[in-house]
Amino acid sequence: MPPASRSDGAAAAAPGADRAGPLEFRLSGSGGQGIILAATILAEVACAAGYEVVQTQTYGPEARGGASAAEVIVSRAPIDFPEVEHPDLTLCLSQEAFDRYAASTRAGGFVVYDSGLVEPSGLDGRARLIGLPFTATARELAGTPLAANMVALGALEGLLELVGYPALVDSVHARLPRKLLEGNLKALNAGYEAARSAAPPA
Amino acid sequence: MPAERRLLQGNEAVAEGAIAAGARFFAGYPITPSTEIAETLSRRMPEVGGTFIQMEDEIASIAAVVGASLAGVKSLTATSGPGFSLMQEMIGYAAMTQVPCVIVDVMRGGPSTGLPTEPSQGDVMQARWGTHGEHSVIVLVPSSVEECFTLTVDAFNLSEQYRTPVIVLSDAMVGHMREAVALPLPEELRVAERSEPDVDPDEYDTVMSTLDNILPRPDLGSRFRVHVTGLVYNRRSGVPETGSPDVAQDLGRYLREKIYHHREAIVRVEEFMMEGAEVAVFAYGSVARAARAAVRWARAQGVPVGLVRPITLWPLPTAAVDHMAEQVRTVIVPEMNIRQIAWEVQAAVAGRARVVDYGRVDGALITPEQIKDLVKKEFHYHRFS
Amino acid sequence: MTRHATVEIREHLRSAKTLWCPGCTNGIVTRAMIDAYLSLGLDPEKVTVVAGIGCAGRITAYLDYSTVHTAHGRALAVATGAKLADPELVVSVVMGDGDCAAIGGNHLIHAARRNVDLTAIVFNNDIYGMTGGQAGPTTHEGDLSKTSPFGHPEPAFDICELARAAGATFVARGTPYAYLKLVQLLAAGIVHKGFSLVEVMSNCPTYYGRFNRTPVPAEMLKLQQKQAVPVEKHKAGAPMTEEQFPVGVLHHVERAEYLEAYEEVRRRATGIKV
Repeated sequence: MPPASRSDGAAAAAPGADRAGPLEFRLSGSGGQGIILAATILAEVACAAGYEVVQTQTYGPEARGGASAAEVIVSRAPIDFPEVEHPDLTLCLSQEAFDRYAASTRAGGFVVYDSGLVEPSGLDGRARLIGLPFTATARELAGTPLAANMVALGALEGLLELVGYPALVDSVHARLPRKLLEGNLKALNAGYEAARSAAPPA
Repeated sequence: MPAERRLLQGNEAVAEGAIAAGARFFAGYPITPSTEIAETLSRRMPEVGGTFIQMEDEIASIAAVVGASLAGVKSLTATSGPGFSLMQEMIGYAAMTQVPCVIVDVMRGGPSTGLPTEPSQGDVMQARWGTHGEHSVIVLVPSSVEECFTLTVDAFNLSEQYRTPVIVLSDAMVGHMREAVALPLPEELRVAERSEPDVDPDEYDTVMSTLDNILPRPDLGSRFRVHVTGLVYNRRSGVPETGSPDVAQDLGRYLREKIYHHREAIVRVEEFMMEGAEVAVFAYGSVARAARAAVRWARAQGVPVGLVRPITLWPLPTAAVDHMAEQVRTVIVPEMNIRQIAWEVQAAVAGRARVVDYGRVDGALITPEQIKDLVKKEFHYHRFS
Repeated sequence: MTRHATVEIREHLRSAKTLWCPGCTNGIVTRAMIDAYLSLGLDPEKVTVVAGIGCAGRITAYLDYSTVHTAHGRALAVATGAKLADPELVVSVVMGDGDCAAIGGNHLIHAARRNVDLTAIVFNNDIYGMTGGQAGPTTHEGDLSKTSPFGHPEPAFDICELARAAGATFVARGTPYAYLKLVQLLAAGIVHKGFSLVEVMSNCPTYYGRFNRTPVPAEMLKLQQKQAVPVEKHKAGAPMTEEQFPVGVLHHVERAEYLEAYEEVRRRATGIKV
């Protein structure tokens, strides 16, 4: 996997797990890319780690295609408002998702995008851009673009060190059928390592 | 041992609450955003020896629920918007015949097909007055996944105790979101069991329920050989009697009073940061989440604002409204409809405080920012840095 | 099938005084139902009669079993819930023709499709009686009624054909005129495991007869005798006029009953859990 492309240059301080306020995520992509599964795994792992968690999703009438998004809020304190407005991190696995959701990211937050599918533009340095080839990596290591969600999930943990990588591995073990496991775990690991080298946790 | 924390969806929590409350019959019809309740119960009901049936429409669903409850099994249905409209006929029947049952309405934008996937609070008046004729129901409004569970249990208990349909008014936000929750363990729950009336069947007709002693309804197929009718009936004999104004008046008043006489025992309301509050936000369901965030923010700025959150929406918690009206100068009522509950609050406040309504019907959740803006107006901008 | 003594019949009536008009055949069908229950030796505590709204629905106030007078058209859906909740109940569902085939038509076809063990007993008098004589789903083309003053422009439903097409596993038609045969058909429907429907061609001299045939009850009964053609004769090719209809057991097949099928669902559900 090639090194991550960074457009902000600085060694960004990742928002860590024990940051004072809640952490808000929006994972977005096309319907069918496993966005909701990735958000559910993230939320379940955070729940198991003892955080307060709320997970919501943006529904469209179309079950496949179109821009879909799932949101996760992770906090040490009870979560009042369940909706994510300005996420600390936005994941964009498609151009349409980037165009629709990237700009809502909190100033200084992360926009993590698929460098093979998304041409980032229009953020004017308000968020820190991190491009990783999620889909290409998934194709290479798991033999299917559908594992891009796993690469992305690994990358989020690599960036934020939220719940600990082993917990994530356990959750993927519990969720996926055995025959898909090896490729998906490879994909998860690749994302984790790539993100760590792109933005070492503060 | 405390219960395990897990990530659960609001609709799934309703289903688990129903099972925990002893419900063993579900009839329903798929409709967004309530469908996960049916899907979950299609697995859970047969697992616990109960019955799940998908009916031909919502009318049939509530009818089957009434039939199952009459046969002695705690029963529920779940629906949204258009389906809730279709159920009104038999909700009235359940109120008239005093059949315990639970109806879950996961509110979505309306009227008609409206906004099928977006939250709304447009059904709060329909929940109270949707069926024709004078009647009473109990309506509970969850604002979290945990409450989806606990209020469903409460709904069954109340429906058994007061022999009435109880409506759980969820919405698309509360129903679809997942939260980390630790559900109460079975031994921590109080579950009302249905019992047979403790009287001789020959005497049952002459032993009348009173407001303070609501007799259980004997099951179909029991030695009581009951007659159940949606006609006006004589409360003493159970026999239809449509020619007597006295009988009709007696029944009509009883059906209302058996709920309202017990209002203080039934209603639940949460007060948050109300101590010393000069302004109250009166909010329920998912909007109360935004209100709580706004109140927390205001208090952090030193601004005296509190939240009054009705958990029981009907009967309206008038004692809490009274208390609030005596304390604050302004009550802000944000809701995802236009003035449905604000008018009720205004009536109950009766001029003692100013009531500011804020209604939205755009399918978007009311945000903390929007409520903060309303609070700011009440305290003037200069008090905020 | 025997005709039980009136004193015995009376024991299963809360009241022998009804609001049905003189000459109405609903009382005969009520008696036939009691005769059928007695002939089958059913435990009266388990007999449950669920009915809709209309003249027929009022039967629930008179029969001394567990009785439910539901909302117009909803009897089958209420009965479905009751039967699934307590399989020991022996459930008869009394409906009028409008109750069953107009406002309750959707419930009828789905109850038939599911094959829940219920017995639908349809009192078909070709008209809405309780509301004063309006056209219904079984009012014949050309008939006069309060809402078809120039002759009804719509064809009538054949309720038995409707039920059979929707999947009912036992379908029969009888008349109050042939009383013992009616008791026999009702008993066969009750015994049948699955969804059974017995259509009873009842008479409304007050409205239907007065508007279309004859207001004289006895004349209407005699007419009924002429109209009813035993199904065996019909099947053997006996010619029928447009006014005639076959009576007897019209359809009888065996198919998995809903509760049995659902037992299998419960087994699978608990199997998955293990």
